[in-house]
Amino acid sequence: MTVLDEPVNETVAPERVPHVDFDTSPDRYRHWRFTVDGETATVYLDVDEGGGLVPGYELKLNSYDLGVDIELHDLTQRLRFEYPQVRSIVLTSGKDSNFCAGANIRMLAGSSHPWKVNFCKFTNETRNGIEDMSAAGQTWIAALNGTAAGGGYEMALACERILLVDDRSSAVSLPEVPLLGVLPGTGGLTRVIDKRRVRKDRADVFATKSEGFGGRKAVEWKLVDEAVARREWDRVVAERAEELKGDRPADAQGIALSPLARTEADDAITYDHVRVTIDRGARTATLVVAVPEMTDDPAALHEQGAAHPLLAITRELDDAILRLRTNELEIGTWLILTEGAVEHALAADRLIADHQDDWLVAETTRFLKRTLKRLDVTSRSLIALIEPGSCFAGPFLELALACDRQYMLEGTFEEAEDATLPSGAEATEPATLVVTNAQFGTFPMGNGLSRLESRFYGESLDDVPRDTPLTGADADDAGLVTDAPDDIDWTDEIRILLEERASLSPDALTGMEANHRFVGPETMETRIFGRLTAWQNWIFVRPNASGPEGALRKYGTGRKADFDQKRV
Amino acid sequence: MTSARPKIDFDAKIPNNVDLAGDRKLQRALERWQPNFLDWWGDMGPAVDTKDVYLRTAVDVGRDGWAHFDHVPMNEYRWGVFLSEHDPDRTIAFGEHKGEPVWQEVPGEYRADLQRLIVIQGDTEPASVEQQRFLGATAPSLYDMRNLFQVNVEEGRHLWAMVYLLHAYFGRAGREEADQLLARNSGSDDSPRILGAFNEETPDWLSFYMFTYFTDRDGKYQLGTLKESGFDPLSRTCEFMLKEEAHHMFVGTTGIDRVVRRTAELMQTHDTDEVAGAGGIPLTMIQKYINFHYTVSLDLFGNESSTNAANYFTAGIKGRWQEERRDDDHRLADDAGHVDAFRDGQITRNEVPALLALNQDLRHEYINDCKTGLKRWNRILQKAGIDAELYLPHVGFNRQVGAFAGAHITPDGKVVSESDWKARKDAWLPTELDKTHVRSLMHPVLEPGKIASWIAPPSTGINDKPVDFEYVHFH
Repeated sequence: MTVLDEPVNETVAPERVPHVDFDTSPDRYRHWRFTVDGETATVYLDVDEGGGLVPGYELKLNSYDLGVDIELHDLTQRLRFEYPQVRSIVLTSGKDSNFCAGANIRMLAGSSHPWKVNFCKFTNETRNGIEDMSAAGQTWIAALNGTAAGGGYEMALACERILLVDDRSSAVSLPEVPLLGVLPGTGGLTRVIDKRRVRKDRADVFATKSEGFGGRKAVEWKLVDEAVARREWDRVVAERAEELKGDRPADAQGIALSPLARTEADDAITYDHVRVTIDRGARTATLVVAVPEMTDDPAALHEQGAAHPLLAITRELDDAILRLRTNELEIGTWLILTEGAVEHALAADRLIADHQDDWLVAETTRFLKRTLKRLDVTSRSLIALIEPGSCFAGPFLELALACDRQYMLEGTFEEAEDATLPSGAEATEPATLVVTNAQFGTFPMGNGLSRLESRFYGESLDDVPRDTPLTGADADDAGLVTDAPDDIDWTDEIRILLEERASLSPDALTGMEANHRFVGPETMETRIFGRLTAWQNWIFVRPNASGPEGALRKYGTGRKADFDQKRV
Repeated sequence: MTSARPKIDFDAKIPNNVDLAGDRKLQRALERWQPNFLDWWGDMGPAVDTKDVYLRTAVDVGRDGWAHFDHVPMNEYRWGVFLSEHDPDRTIAFGEHKGEPVWQEVPGEYRADLQRLIVIQGDTEPASVEQQRFLGATAPSLYDMRNLFQVNVEEGRHLWAMVYLLHAYFGRAGREEADQLLARNSGSDDSPRILGAFNEETPDWLSFYMFTYFTDRDGKYQLGTLKESGFDPLSRTCEFMLKEEAHHMFVGTTGIDRVVRRTAELMQTHDTDEVAGAGGIPLTMIQKYINFHYTVSLDLFGNESSTNAANYFTAGIKGRWQEERRDDDHRLADDAGHVDAFRDGQITRNEVPALLALNQDLRHEYINDCKTGLKRWNRILQKAGIDAELYLPHVGFNRQVGAFAGAHITPDGKVVSESDWKARKDAWLPTELDKTHVRSLMHPVLEPGKIASWIAPPSTGINDKPVDFEYVHFH
């Protein structure tokens, strides 16, 4: 935990909140380094105290902020795509006696509410991504060579095995409740009981005991898997890294994740295939995913690497989502469109469906899966506009199904200015969408269901027409779109819908959408993004945490928080 | 996309100043709606079989266009779509958008509220046609029959006006609402009209005059507040409708004039108040009809204190009567107002934020307007040398909606017990006996220039035609 010696009472003023950039690469890391030795990578958290993303705090004791996590996210992507032969990953600290003190308190105390929420969401996604890597044969092992507190321990919880050095002083802890009056916000409470199966009474003791547990007790309570003496440390860590290796192809050759080509203007972000335009008056962003011609041959993916359309689109979309989410808080509605021939999308569909045994195809598929999941937890109203010239087919249909509503034009536009897509204005063929195998489990949501299953929860999917182009009327009949107006109605319907949406409470919309998007079973993921996050976000705005007398503000001032004692 | 259209020669069939011929959205909507409207008119419109009727048709909004007279077969009446002249500089006169240019499209934020206001207004228009469906059969003269049909076709046109707004500005949801306007019917058990007063039958001509005087006058005030709307097409539509509504008021005012005049004549001739035996309607009975229709119409203004009205005002979608002539800030955010209240058995007033008192404000304007008719009718009585006076009952009398609902208040404003009120009710409101007497007088008079026994002839005809003009032709 970062110890503060001065009170923190100001929030981050708007001018101090930077425009967040998610671009980085190993040569630019300030807080991480990694080595790859054969099939094992070792990842060192070594935070640069002066390298905070926002001025005003020091990242002491290996504590982190969003900037640290952006590098970790990049690092995971590198290991996936550039080092596919890596089968185990050891996460440890580059500091001598400390693993990680978690999220920086001064940063949290000084941050606006949206900043805290966005920060937690992104770190949660990265933790989930780490588990997704382990499931894909790159097993993460936490080698806690010093105390892991709060978010530091939560990072370890995302790994499949936790080793803690047994030096009579290092411990794991979740001190958020007793010291800060907030929750461990990156899945800590959830993973302790769901993943590590710690009994709830012990979890309660642990999460209220600021100093946590080390040594044998930590093992006995299943908080860590092993407590390892110092003299055994290197050997045991190396052994575990060897034993826990996942399943990866031995001959896998990585591809380079070259920097994204992106141009930014005030109201636009343009990539090779994805383009975003922002209408600030209407508070909407229009995301167009243009799908170019591609082959269904995996060799092309290996040959083109990051330039291959499927991988490039996924990277661009992921980056666009992150940028809009973090930097454009007031753009409350995203219109999502695709552009290109349906046949292009179906080539991508075949590539994915027929070549999951190819590591790069599989990795790209998982990347797209994670990107789609980002949409699922994005606190914006998502509206798919399915217009002529679009290609909502197979994997790209998932974009529409991730949206809160889908509007599909029946027929074509008679008046060119009604079309959102330039190519749609002249289109003589009506829009069609195609349901494929991709809708049946390739891209599960956090609840473990496909978006199609979630849409028709509890109903049979047997009648959903597959592998056939559906017009607006067909799609409407099949329940795949919200409405299929014709060109006479289209403009008014969409305009009124968007204006009406823009007039509603942003908070109520966020809550409503988050509730509607996830039906059915709870999983660890839905519990983290639903239960844990919702409670955390509530606590964040309560005076007991964030008020001038709240625990988050008083921490490190030498004075106690003054709680409103009413239980709510 | 192609489709078989237009089947209808729009400009010829539907006089309009909204470029119907150039608007395929409207055309498609009306193509479907117009046949349904004609079916509705056939089923629910005037039941009397006529050859043609001397009617006024609006063919334009200008001085010459809006009152075009001719004999027209009823089912060939050309219901038109008219908005008053466009003022490009018009700004919103009230609420939080005060001073901003008026909206030419429905702002999405207010779609639901605007649609609701238009649907409620639109629902009243065909309702009265349905309520008055059988009246033609007992018309006291051809002149009156013609006036009834004129009111009917214009109520039909007002329905068109509201349907135009729903079709032109509210997309698919608007089209569905337009269909529902024909599917609900006055007095229907399954799908009645939205407002209670429009499910009451209009069984006789005295009720008709009362309805056009009191209930259509509510319509005038509602239209007047919608005329102030920041949604310009609604404003312009209502402004033009108000011209026609004025004629309906005229039918009511002069109709009651003539009943009162005839009653006065009979009172003098027979030297008695009891003119029933002489084929007239006694003044006490006229007073009871006033009591009933006035109070039912007061209910149409809703609760004294209304958050809906406040929201509409703040949003700029429904203003106050003659908003722009009022001398205040037109926002009312910090002002206070008084509303009628009934508390602990006492008639009293509550102070509330002015925004919440807008229904009361409008009802107050309406009441003052209603008083002018009473003055007219009492002048007729006075000139005839009759001592008695007609009056408006107390605002709390016989109310089903608002602060006085459930209170027992006499026409002169005294609070009495429920049993007392019920015991005396027959002296204040039309009884079955009264209604039977009025109905017994309702015999058709179809000879030009002749008039029924219970009503005096009009002083002048329509459009400078003589009173004995053949206003209606029969087969």
